[in-house]
Amino acid sequence: MRITCPICGTRDRREFYYQGAALALERPAPDASPETWNDYIHLRENPAGLTRDLWQHEGGCGAWVVVTRNTVSHEILATALASEVKKGAAK
Amino acid sequence: MRLPNGGQIDRSRKLSFTFDGQRFEGHPGDTLASALLANDQILMARSFKYHRPRGALTAGSEEPNALVTLGRGARQEPNARATTVELVEGLEARGQNAWPSVRFDVLGMNDLFAPFFGAGFYYKTFMWPRAFWEKLYEPAIRRAAGLGALSGEHNTDAYEKVQAFCDLLIIGAGPTGLMAALTAARAGAQVILCDEDVKMGGRLNAETFEIAGMSGKKWAASVVTELDSLPNVRLMTRTAVVGAYDNGTFGALERLPHEAIARGAPREAFWRIVAKRALLCAGAIERPIAFRNNDRPGIMTAGAVRAYVNRWAVAPGTQVAVFGNNDDAHRTAADLLAAGVHVSALIDARPDAKTTLPIRLFAGAQVMDAAGRKHLESITIRTSKGEERLQADCLAMSGGWNPTVHLTCHMNGRPTWRDDIASFVPTPGSVPGMDTAGACNGAFSTHAALAEGQAKALSALAELGLAAQAETLPEAEDAPYRVMPLWAVSGKGRAWLDFQNDVTVKDVQMAAKENYRSVEHMKRYTTQGMAPDQGKNSNVAALAVLADATGRGIPQTGTTTFRPPFVPVSIAALGAGGQGPGFAPERFTTSHRASLARNAPMIAAGQWWRPSYFPLQGETHWRQSCDREVGYVRNAVGVCDVSTLGKIELTGPDVPKLLDFVYTNTFSTLPVGRTRYGLMLREDGHVLDDGTTARLEDDRWVMTTTTAAAGQVMKHLEFVTQALHPEWDVSFISVTEHWAQFSVAGPKSRDLLDEMMAEDLSDFPFMGCAPVTLAGIKARLFRISFSGEMAFEIAVPSRYGAALFDALVARAETMQGGAYGLEALNVLRVEKGFITHSEIHGRTTAFDIGMEGMVSKKKDCIGKTAAARPGLVGPERDQLVGLKPVGVVKQLTAGAHLFEKEAKAIRENDQGYVTSVAFSPTLGHFLGLGFLRNGRARHGETIRLVDHLRGIETLCEVCDPVFFDKEGGRARV
Repeated sequence: MRITCPICGTRDRREFYYQGAALALERPAPDASPETWNDYIHLRENPAGLTRDLWQHEGGCGAWVVVTRNTVSHEILATALASEVKKGAAK
Repeated sequence: MRLPNGGQIDRSRKLSFTFDGQRFEGHPGDTLASALLANDQILMARSFKYHRPRGALTAGSEEPNALVTLGRGARQEPNARATTVELVEGLEARGQNAWPSVRFDVLGMNDLFAPFFGAGFYYKTFMWPRAFWEKLYEPAIRRAAGLGALSGEHNTDAYEKVQAFCDLLIIGAGPTGLMAALTAARAGAQVILCDEDVKMGGRLNAETFEIAGMSGKKWAASVVTELDSLPNVRLMTRTAVVGAYDNGTFGALERLPHEAIARGAPREAFWRIVAKRALLCAGAIERPIAFRNNDRPGIMTAGAVRAYVNRWAVAPGTQVAVFGNNDDAHRTAADLLAAGVHVSALIDARPDAKTTLPIRLFAGAQVMDAAGRKHLESITIRTSKGEERLQADCLAMSGGWNPTVHLTCHMNGRPTWRDDIASFVPTPGSVPGMDTAGACNGAFSTHAALAEGQAKALSALAELGLAAQAETLPEAEDAPYRVMPLWAVSGKGRAWLDFQNDVTVKDVQMAAKENYRSVEHMKRYTTQGMAPDQGKNSNVAALAVLADATGRGIPQTGTTTFRPPFVPVSIAALGAGGQGPGFAPERFTTSHRASLARNAPMIAAGQWWRPSYFPLQGETHWRQSCDREVGYVRNAVGVCDVSTLGKIELTGPDVPKLLDFVYTNTFSTLPVGRTRYGLMLREDGHVLDDGTTARLEDDRWVMTTTTAAAGQVMKHLEFVTQALHPEWDVSFISVTEHWAQFSVAGPKSRDLLDEMMAEDLSDFPFMGCAPVTLAGIKARLFRISFSGEMAFEIAVPSRYGAALFDALVARAETMQGGAYGLEALNVLRVEKGFITHSEIHGRTTAFDIGMEGMVSKKKDCIGKTAAARPGLVGPERDQLVGLKPVGVVKQLTAGAHLFEKEAKAIRENDQGYVTSVAFSPTLGHFLGLGFLRNGRARHGETIRLVDHLRGIETLCEVCDPVFFDKEGGRARV
């Protein structure tokens, strides 16, 4: 698989560290309900199809990247810097 | 027999080789198979299950029969296909799956019991008693049935991994691939052209076709010469593309030429080729026809016979019969006649077949049996007039051609059935970015191959945005491909479908009868299509027989899945670079050489190597050295390299916010010139790491992490600052490698450093930090202690590390101290109850280690919410305790479990476990740290330590984990 790092360009997936669902960006408030925290920390979808993951370009620039991909075809549909996604969400 | 003329071999040179101990000669250009055939060695192997005598069926990598073992000892290579082994001087080959030799094989008697060995035989016969399977049946079966054996010795050859990138990868260098490569190369594309053969040209080297008025092989050579002259083309012979993977990635195995290996090149290289576009020009594989005893040595595919005659100038027999259901049979007869080989008969299954060749033609006839055990002697044919026996020592058979679709199936693609050519062809778009052309796409004539090669290259170039024009195609034959499906000749006896796995028509029919009707079930029940050849010769015929037996059509029956690799790949090539110390990078401290010079045994700490202890003359046991080194620190001064700890330098106005967020305790209040111990949690509430962070200047902070978690912490900080709080203005970088850092610990540590430093250290406070000057070098000094003694850590730029270590140790030695290693470091910290990753192993919380007070109530931090959830706090938790032996046995062991004194030592009664132990020379007995259920409330209780693994039982007193200097006064002096 090849992933396009928004900073470095298209690279072999072995340069990247896989974290998991991009849900990790949406950290709940400290006083959110136990259920909300449980969902955030432990519960993950396992879709056959589109998914949004967090990968880190650890063998490159260190950027955390939100990768939209298809788990069935392994197609990479879009990549974006996690920092940009997060800033965009805050607006 | 070698023909007097022709062939692409160098007759001026002779190569001597052995097969099963017997000496033979061949020529450069030969394969092992062609050289054996030239020496009339038709018998090359024994079959997998029945140990039937076998010769080469093919002339390529799809060979199912002629598997041999090459070399001996550590370099022994089993299961090499004789048809692809390049002949070199001194080659040593042996038959396998036979004892004592392929000529006299004791287990050949298996063939007599064939009626008992049909499909599912193992499953039906060796059912009970159950216990016999593992100990008796399976080992016996494995000895009797099988392939070559590994030497069991360490592989001494070199292997390599290589990466390559290109615009267009062309797989296969036959007429199609060469034409495509020429088109793309002339347009300026970066081209890689791979072919598994030693020579490019594909079938052109084996046929007598002409292209552009010259022989096919000459045309191929001229194209290769042009391609070779272009800087944008990489030509790779001996390179089989073995797998198609995601996003244009392909795996390829290159076998290097013998001369290159002799000069020190690796034996094989595994290539990872990333191509913007790919074109599969893999050609086609001829299929055999199933009839009784069609596996006799001397029966080959017709294309293989032509290859032996035309390319290697070998006549595989003196009386050759040809049998087919398409025009290739006629071509074979013509080539044999042209080479002066006697053709005894041409048997064409098509009733309307005609020939102008001066030979006996049997139209509408079929071969129904073959005789001659170790060598074909005669065949029996069935014509409209009845049965007839014909003399033949070689039979060339052609059941038609199967396009080599394998790579198009590697990403779940399924091929499409084409009735007109009675074959599966690739389904377009099966592998994104890869197109198919030529015979592998069902275009069988040379003209069609050239035309498709050019057209598909042009469309790939257009997709790549490169301009190119269609040049005039060279003149070539364009004969139509006429085939009448014929899979199996009806009749009694065993007719082979899968030669490699000894699967017959009957086996497939029996599978269908027993309701293994799905092609995937039939495959697993009969083993058809498994092993090195992966059914390349047999798949289509086997499923045609299955379709017939189940009353379905071939397209409805479907194919099994073709998976990578296309040809066998050695594990050594896949794992190249990963052997021994190459498995992981090694990191060395600046004091590494000095440690080795002092005979310190080095121990791995993650990727780092650290000294265990520094033995002195006369010390015979590591404990003597360790106890002495502990004494240095407790009584005088010790020096230890602690550079392996992670060091992260941070700057920016929001560093205080970041630190407050990742540490449980508060760092924003830390004044300049001070260092603070901090605890980090994961978001799930468990401890991630601990360490100290120093504020060197108003806006310059240095964080230290444990050696083990340095990478993890760095990643964690990057996550927090990019994915959770990108608005924070912070910058940080790992400086672990940039600073050599040494611990100088013990009551005399200040005296030692004072002499070396420009600054006065008398008022340097506990947990202080400051930039200092050391012999004119800018250094950093921290007063932190991991031993409980007054201690400093001094950091200098790495290039000064070696010199500073020597200087510190030399001074320490004049003060009744010296260097100490990891063992002493561990004893010192256990005495003080300091934790390492033995304790914060990923399942412990701040509460468990007694540090819940460090989780600030005034602010949020990573892991704070989860750490407070039910189940992570309370008396049901295993809590950190100290352990001291109180019974007769004084030994404690890490990994042992804790039980109540009278309870049985079984899992149900488990009360906890021991994480760290040390013999304390300071206190004169063993100490342990461990986790005990509700342990903090149980200090003073006697508990039983049981180590089932080492057979140790010790009674212990539960106590506070701090064994020595509980008030911590010694560190604060």
